[in-house]
Amino acid sequence: MEEEQNTNPQQTEVAAEGAMQTVEGTENLSDRVKVLSPARLVLKRFFRSKLSVIGLVTLLVLYLVCFIGPLFSDMTYETIDYNGAQNAQSTEITYTVEGVEYTMYDITYTESINLKAYPSAKHWLGTDENGRDVLMRVLYGGQISLTIGIVVVVLETLIGVIMGGIAGYFGKWVDQIIMRIVDIFYCIPQMPILLICSAILAANEVNGIARIYWLCLVLVFFGWAGTARLVRGQILSLREQEFMLAERSMGVPVRRKIFLHLIPNVLPLLIVQMTLGLGSVILTESTLSYLGLGVPIPYATWGNIIQALRDFTTLQYHFHIWGPPGICIMLAVLSFNFVGDGLRDAFDPKMKK
Amino acid sequence: MKKSKSGYIGFKESRKIVKYNKQQIRYYERLKKRKHIPREEYLATMKNEDNVVEFDDLHTYFFTDTGTVKAVNGVSFDIPAHSTVGVVGESGCGKSVTSLSLLRLVQAPQGQIVSGSIRYKTKDGDCYDITKLPQDMMEKISGKEISMIFQEPMTSLNPVFTIGYQLDEVSLLHIEGATKESAREKSIEMLKLVGIANAEGVYKSYPHELSGGMRQRVMIAMALCCQPNLIIADEPTTALDVTIQAQILDLLRELKDKLDSSIMLITHDLGVIAEMADYVVVMYAGKVIEAGNVFEIFDNPSHPYTIGLLKSKPVINKKVDELYCIKGRVPSAVDLPDYCYFRDRCDMCTSACAGSYPEFVQLSPTHKVACHLYESKVLK
Amino acid sequence: MENQVENKNQTSASPKKPNAFVSGAKKLFTAGIPRKSLYDYEDVSPTEEELKENILIVNHLKKYFPVESNLIGRPIRYLKAVDDVSLKIPYGKTLGIVGESGCGKTTLGRTLLGLYDKTTGEVYFDGNNITNYGERQTNAIRKDMQVIFQDPYSSLSPRFTVGGIISEGVLVHKIVPRSQIKDYVVNLMERCGLQPQYYERYPYEFSGGQRQRICIARALAVKPKFVVCDEPVSALDVSIQAQILNLLRELQQEMKLAYMFISHDLSVVRHVSDSVGVMYLGSMVECGPTERIFDNPMHPYTRSLLSAVPVPDPRRKKDRIILQGTIPSPANPPSGCRFHTRCPECMEICKYKAPVYREYEEGHSCACHLYDPGYLSDPVGYKAAYSEADAVFAAFPSNVD
Repeated sequence: MEEEQNTNPQQTEVAAEGAMQTVEGTENLSDRVKVLSPARLVLKRFFRSKLSVIGLVTLLVLYLVCFIGPLFSDMTYETIDYNGAQNAQSTEITYTVEGVEYTMYDITYTESINLKAYPSAKHWLGTDENGRDVLMRVLYGGQISLTIGIVVVVLETLIGVIMGGIAGYFGKWVDQIIMRIVDIFYCIPQMPILLICSAILAANEVNGIARIYWLCLVLVFFGWAGTARLVRGQILSLREQEFMLAERSMGVPVRRKIFLHLIPNVLPLLIVQMTLGLGSVILTESTLSYLGLGVPIPYATWGNIIQALRDFTTLQYHFHIWGPPGICIMLAVLSFNFVGDGLRDAFDPKMKK
Repeated sequence: MKKSKSGYIGFKESRKIVKYNKQQIRYYERLKKRKHIPREEYLATMKNEDNVVEFDDLHTYFFTDTGTVKAVNGVSFDIPAHSTVGVVGESGCGKSVTSLSLLRLVQAPQGQIVSGSIRYKTKDGDCYDITKLPQDMMEKISGKEISMIFQEPMTSLNPVFTIGYQLDEVSLLHIEGATKESAREKSIEMLKLVGIANAEGVYKSYPHELSGGMRQRVMIAMALCCQPNLIIADEPTTALDVTIQAQILDLLRELKDKLDSSIMLITHDLGVIAEMADYVVVMYAGKVIEAGNVFEIFDNPSHPYTIGLLKSKPVINKKVDELYCIKGRVPSAVDLPDYCYFRDRCDMCTSACAGSYPEFVQLSPTHKVACHLYESKVLK
Repeated sequence: MENQVENKNQTSASPKKPNAFVSGAKKLFTAGIPRKSLYDYEDVSPTEEELKENILIVNHLKKYFPVESNLIGRPIRYLKAVDDVSLKIPYGKTLGIVGESGCGKTTLGRTLLGLYDKTTGEVYFDGNNITNYGERQTNAIRKDMQVIFQDPYSSLSPRFTVGGIISEGVLVHKIVPRSQIKDYVVNLMERCGLQPQYYERYPYEFSGGQRQRICIARALAVKPKFVVCDEPVSALDVSIQAQILNLLRELQQEMKLAYMFISHDLSVVRHVSDSVGVMYLGSMVECGPTERIFDNPMHPYTRSLLSAVPVPDPRRKKDRIILQGTIPSPANPPSGCRFHTRCPECMEICKYKAPVYREYEEGHSCACHLYDPGYLSDPVGYKAAYSEADAVFAAFPSNVD
């Protein structure tokens, strides 16, 4: 850096104008100081908080295990283990032929389902009430739960940004209309409506994968309002900043102003909002699935694995069935929240330190 | 390589800084957290009994991610009793941090008083070293014996309480045997003292109902409540309009004669200094570069920086064609080298300036300057 | 669509059909302000000669912000941020505007630039009447009038590099071909005292003075003819202040710029301006050549303002005119002369009747009863003319909303 300054031919030119000068042979004191690059600054603030780092690591592990884990097993979420204990059933049939009494033993060997098995070398977390491997179900369930979260949040944010951006930037009656719609969405009780939606889906025999897509759409439909409100508020305050006034006085076209100046400034906040949103979507999905209204049964999600809790004996004796998915939900939601908090601090320019 | 060229800190460097900071902060925090500090440790003796405060080689550092910022880097000056000492300098020169060190309000854990001492003579005649004082003793001194007037009168009053409540609180907290009635009387008396005609009305009002000038008057009233030994005024008029500034300066001058306390006035405005101060301390990049009484500084400025500062300010009753300007920028106080910090901006730079940081040269009993120019003159 | 964007709360003129639309829109927006108070001045359009001499002529500019609305959203009370201001700025000269906070100096600057919609008044810029320009026309002339803001921290887009910030206007207005933009910007940066390697840096890495240099470079990148400097040095240190002031002056001489220099610091204004306007509570109280204003101020407000400035000279006598009280709220200004509540020379008449803003000497105008010809010729009679009955009548003038 030193070298560059002194060999810079323009340096002397500028110096002649008395604006900025380096005394010959010495370096400019005010230029000695190095600063952190913008990306490093954000990273640094993020990694300062231990909780968010723990959250990030947990999430990475969850994703990796869920998506790569099943590759190492020949079982899937619907493989039923039929190798239960063999039952020999004998039926005694007695009949008399011409006064002689004969007894026949009909012995049938039945293959039974290995259900509610405790953890073993074969089934690390045992099997559930239908004889499916719990570990596999948790992993496959994780795939769906974690993916649904991302899909829903991304769609939600897209709609939210567009609606909120339009409302915030154009103001006046546009703002009024959009914000009133948002208000309406805010005062609809979500849970009952979701239940009704699920019931309708079930009644129309929408099943399997299609049900999952529908579930996503319903969640998006009820989720965008919060983001829209957030974006609108942010844009309203940004619009009054002096740099936006400067853009205006420069005669910069509207589209450029929105996409190059407003949106990038909202982005950090959105990322935080999305991260926090991921957690809550996972929770909602689990709740619905637990109630039997979310992802239908042959498919596994963390929520519908916990459904097993409805059976009293399972609750009492088979922690290995409902414990792991519950812990996974908790871990995922907690981690998303920690990471979200960390990101918020990282992006906040006021947190200087 | 590309990174370091563009002036950004590399990863390794950054790790090193963080590690160093952690270690330093832990050391100083542990020192502060000790219990039962023996009295001998913080008792001191003043060099001159007429002084209220003596800063002696004070170092206050901030351990930041970009390196150690030596905000106050060996500052020594005295505040004599019953006088106004003006501390002047540009932003980042450490003038505010000096005053915060005096109240031990430096933002911890990054900011730490690293070495040096601040000797303070209490009203009872004891002399303490503030840098070593335990926290409970400090609480007795700050607010009661040393009070502060801040730059932003808007943010330094609590918006949810009335002016009266906040004023009463000060007296109730610091004056022994104060009752609600006596506190109220005292508050109204103080409001009248600072030239508020409608003292009863202001007593009942909330901060947002007052104008900036009025709020600053209230802040002054609050500062004077306990008849402090020393008032620190940190840019008291910077946020105010010119006509209001004139009112407040007038008030401060009047009050100074009425009360027998000293004022440490921190400002960047040389005009304010000329009007208010008896002694002037000029600071640059965490060091005192020139100090003297107000006539010496304004009639015979000696350090090239002081000279430049005086010349570069447009003056209302003179018209100049081209303003003199000090070239370059104020260096930020990270990793400063051991030579005069003003060297690269200085017009009168000589070969001597290549050497180490200049020592103080006494030009008169009260006037001292840290510049190589005068070393040679004194020698001759 | 664009129109809606720019005018937050107000309906404004459509460019195509000025007459019908403008009057309609104005009626809508100015509803609640008595017409008389808006249009009670004689309409004088500037002469050819004046247009040729001055880059900017402003006649009776008013900017009222609605502060209170009734149930259906019709504004019923206004904050008169700029109330009947007229001024001229010759090519290549600097007009300084001084005043305390809340006097409307910033609003004046922003209204001139079209960042706020004016309530009424005429603006002539560079020989054209731009009063009724619509969005598109305004955008086209925007590159000729630029602004430098006070706060160098909030006026730079935080997610843009320095190069990006400066080159934006160049790109939008196609000042130079795309391929030459970088060279052009780097050149300009050097001219403004910024090192070329700062091109890729972000604003947060710079100190206030350097940020202000970036702001200056951005404003000058589109080759404007007129720049509104809205307190450009107030947030800066003394030594940096001098650098920026000198830079502005050099650039003015080089590029033949006209400045409107808004500041609360009288010593700075004296240094940079050719003429000075003093504002108080939204209206101009005195305006004239710099020398005259500073050496021979007429208005009592100007006089006290001048004496209030601290001077770096410890021997200077400290007797000064100290104004009592504080600035009244612009939302609720005093009757008559707006300065009468604090005026050391307040007369009875000042409380009821607003003084006329008149030109007393070549280019030196002032609004004060003290210089009114009627008062000068017969002070006793002038005062007496306002007997008590008149005073009561005058206390409710027709233009009080």
